[in-house]
Amino acid sequence: MGHSHESNVGRIWKVFGFLSLITIVEVALGIVKPHGLHFTNFLGMNLLNWIFIILTVVKAYGIMWAFMHLEGETSTLRWSIVAPLVFLILYLVFILLVEADYIFEVFKNSTIKWNF
Amino acid sequence: MATTVTSSTEGKTWGGGNEPMNASYGKLMMWFFIVSDALTFSGFLAAYGFSRFKFIETWPLADEVFTHFPFMHGVSAPMYYVALMTFILIFSSVTMVLAVDAGHQMKKTKVAVYMLLTIVGGLIFVGSQAWEWKNFIKGEYGAIESKGGSILQFVDTHGKRVALHEFAADIPQERVQHTRSNGIWFTEEPALPSVSVAEVVEGFKSHPDLLVRTEVINPETKQKVVLSREESLKRLEGAKTVVEGANLHQNEYGSKLFADFFFFITGFHGFHVFSGVIFNIIIFFNVILGTYERRGSYEMVEKVGLYWHFVDLVWVFVFTFFYLV
Repeated sequence: MGHSHESNVGRIWKVFGFLSLITIVEVALGIVKPHGLHFTNFLGMNLLNWIFIILTVVKAYGIMWAFMHLEGETSTLRWSIVAPLVFLILYLVFILLVEADYIFEVFKNSTIKWNF
Repeated sequence: MATTVTSSTEGKTWGGGNEPMNASYGKLMMWFFIVSDALTFSGFLAAYGFSRFKFIETWPLADEVFTHFPFMHGVSAPMYYVALMTFILIFSSVTMVLAVDAGHQMKKTKVAVYMLLTIVGGLIFVGSQAWEWKNFIKGEYGAIESKGGSILQFVDTHGKRVALHEFAADIPQERVQHTRSNGIWFTEEPALPSVSVAEVVEGFKSHPDLLVRTEVINPETKQKVVLSREESLKRLEGAKTVVEGANLHQNEYGSKLFADFFFFITGFHGFHVFSGVIFNIIIFFNVILGTYERRGSYEMVEKVGLYWHFVDLVWVFVFTFFYLV
């Protein structure tokens, strides 16, 4: 494994604190829904949703980096895990959401009301 | 595999006994699995996003769907319960890392205790999810589905939701639940709703303070549009069925696809948590029996830990896309 056998307990609790803090911020924003963020539009979504998604990715990074111990792996292993996921997921999400928006427009603006 | 205690020495790359990327066979295979499973979940969540963007103007608002908290009846508390569930899962991830950490130091008792805590956390999470499902399936207010397939909910003049049984008229009727024992063809039907369409419509007419709320979201307020009294009565002419709760083909909260995706994605995730708990139990007993002590390595705890963190990772995304966004 390469890494030494000393205890990392302190660091584990720090990461836990970090992840909890992000979750608390998310929940607080989700309950308050600040007007200035909720009623905005940036690239098809309001800023509040963008914040949620960014915080989620940060949380995912924290879990993978510290808990799943990617920090201790070789960079080849790290990249062979992360790169395919990032590329394929972004691609899939891009295609599906653009298509969905197109279908929404068709239903909204043309005479077709329902076909599937 | 041979007992692999190798460090890649120069010149022996093809000589066997090497570990690609300095990861053992089992760990590498676990990562293979996690990457492919992560893509499966992304496929589901992206499909959810597709449906949501397709029906962006009529999608249910999560705050109105998940409002329950244990022992707090009638209190609308969106987010709190699912936030609690998230903490439980993150915490069980922490006890899992602590178990791995104790394993590196070959402390058998510590590993066992932390594994046990992880199992308990996992079980609490699965139980919470079951409770969440129960509330979702049971429904709260009930709604009318129109001929066009849209959901009509009922509110009073203050915009507060009103349950069907609070206003439905009582019309005596002959229709009874059809059971297997009564038919020629031994077929049965799903449970009949507690009120009929006619009762709801009559009840609505006799309560002048009631209004119909549609699925459409008003972009100005980001709330569902409430119709005027005249429009409400007109919309109710198209009433077709009474919907109470949610299942795979009906959903009182709004779009049917919302319920379908909710059941499918949280169900698939819950299944992962459940199997994770089973794996953890197996590893826990192996720890107690001293299997890894004798083997001289607690790497199995690390591998099952990877799976457990992955389950947590998926939940982070499910939480965001079903409850927050």
